[in-house]
Amino acid sequence: MSIKLEGINYLYGQGTEMVSHALKNINIEIKDGEFVGLIGHTGSGKSTLVQHLNGLIRPTEGHIYFDGQDIYAEGYDMKKHRSNVGLVFQYPEHQLFEVDVLSDVCFGPKNLGLKKAEAEEQAKKALALVGMDESYYKRSPFDLSGGQKRRVAIAGVLAMKPQMLILDEPTAGLDPQGRKEILELISGLRERAGITIVLVSHSMEDVAEYVDRIIVMNKGSVAYDAAPKEVFAHYEELEEMGLAAPQVSYIVHKLRAKGLPVETDAITIEEAARDILAALASKKKG
Amino acid sequence: MSIRDNIKSILKTDKLVYEYKQLDEEGNVAGVNRAIDEVDLDVKRGDFVAILGHNGSGKSTLAKHINGMLFPTGGTVWVDGLDTQKEENIWEVRQRAGMVFQNPDNQIIGQVVEEDVGFGPENLGVPTEEIWERVEESLRAVGMYEFRKHSPNHLSGGQKQRVSIAGVLAMHPMCIVFDEPTAMLDPSGRKEVIRAARGLNQVEGITVILITHYMEEIVYADKVYVMDGGRIAMEGTPREIFSQVEKLQSLRLDVPQVTLLAHELKKKGLDLPEGILTVEELTKELVAICEK
Repeated sequence: MSIKLEGINYLYGQGTEMVSHALKNINIEIKDGEFVGLIGHTGSGKSTLVQHLNGLIRPTEGHIYFDGQDIYAEGYDMKKHRSNVGLVFQYPEHQLFEVDVLSDVCFGPKNLGLKKAEAEEQAKKALALVGMDESYYKRSPFDLSGGQKRRVAIAGVLAMKPQMLILDEPTAGLDPQGRKEILELISGLRERAGITIVLVSHSMEDVAEYVDRIIVMNKGSVAYDAAPKEVFAHYEELEEMGLAAPQVSYIVHKLRAKGLPVETDAITIEEAARDILAALASKKKG
Repeated sequence: MSIRDNIKSILKTDKLVYEYKQLDEEGNVAGVNRAIDEVDLDVKRGDFVAILGHNGSGKSTLAKHINGMLFPTGGTVWVDGLDTQKEENIWEVRQRAGMVFQNPDNQIIGQVVEEDVGFGPENLGVPTEEIWERVEESLRAVGMYEFRKHSPNHLSGGQKQRVSIAGVLAMHPMCIVFDEPTAMLDPSGRKEVIRAARGLNQVEGITVILITHYMEEIVYADKVYVMDGGRIAMEGTPREIFSQVEKLQSLRLDVPQVTLLAHELKKKGLDLPEGILTVEELTKELVAICEK
């Protein structure tokens, strides 16, 4: 699986005075098995971009290729595309509606035209992927905790067997442990089910910890597209875009400015601890 | 008796209990859930208080008692000395304690920023001329005055949230409860909102009660309460609370990255104090170690 955006421009409000250029000449490719973080301040174009990926928004200009096929070519199966590229919206638990967990997760596959037994089988597999066993099947989704509801909602998308999963701020509103559980779960989906992940997030710490590539959106364009360390090295530019680097980045930069010979590319606590200890040791020696 | 005891309480609870019934499919009572379990709080005027706790620990239920959206099923809540349970007090309670919620889009109703902010005082029956004065001072206090003629739809998340805060401020509250005000915001939006809350506390003397899941937002609080299972599990200054990394983690919480980094370095043998709260503090400590 790979998805490729070529020369994507998107204008909304065309023909009115309020016309706005929401995406400007976007060229990116996301390859099979990648775990990509998508960051950008509110209004930077992230949401518009992800809605292009699964065909919810049609670009004003440019092409989108899924496995080499133009998704707007005649005869392309868009319904299939939307199950291939699953989109989990913000606060997905607000979309739960069925009487029990299993029926809720079955909704997607049934809509794809699967028979009840098949739909249930896919739903059960999806629930297993999010760590929910049989004991949850008959429970009302509304009696679950916030984190559990969110996992059911993610299972609802996984039940359509996507090859790529896009999650729009899946940790918003969760407590720190809940955030960690959801991120571990997502990271496990890639490892265990081979699903390509696009994580839209406002938490730089989370992104630094989990993804292997970051795409930074700013004013409708791609500002950076690189490994986390490379992106967070531009922390001053990121701040101008309404973003930031993880707190540890600021610590190592500050120490360096104070004359400690510490590496400045740490983006996680483990890396910073290691680099600081090394710097202190070398300073003692010197 | 310390001086603190003489400062008037803005919020006081005595053995506050809130229970709700769980109904089965037939509508019969299947059980009783105790969301708040004998909580005693005493928040003084002008304090900046933070409430932490995992999802379902009772934080928001507690918050809703502060401005009379929920009423205790046991115990008492006083806001500025007014018992919230007494019907004749309810409007005064709600005027004294304002609330700001998670999603700015659910709190903004006006088509123009200044109209939205004027909605609260208008509802209170404030004379028109004074409404405009209040709108102006409130928007200035949160740094949104220059946007007064804008449509809220075209603002960023942080700006919208600051308009919501101005809307509460225009009602001249003594206390504002922020229930996860930054959960949906990007990093700069989070900074804007926390800065606005601190400004109101320090400049205007408004009592702030901040509920959040972002640990680094509360390092400047005067006092932190940690809730678990409807009870107060921990209370103290941010430094006292964040010194207990493992205990917080067992309560599904965390500490700011800088605190955790200091904790890890201490475990590796560096001579650092527990409960380091800011980047500046840690840098200073490490430079001192280096120069020893």
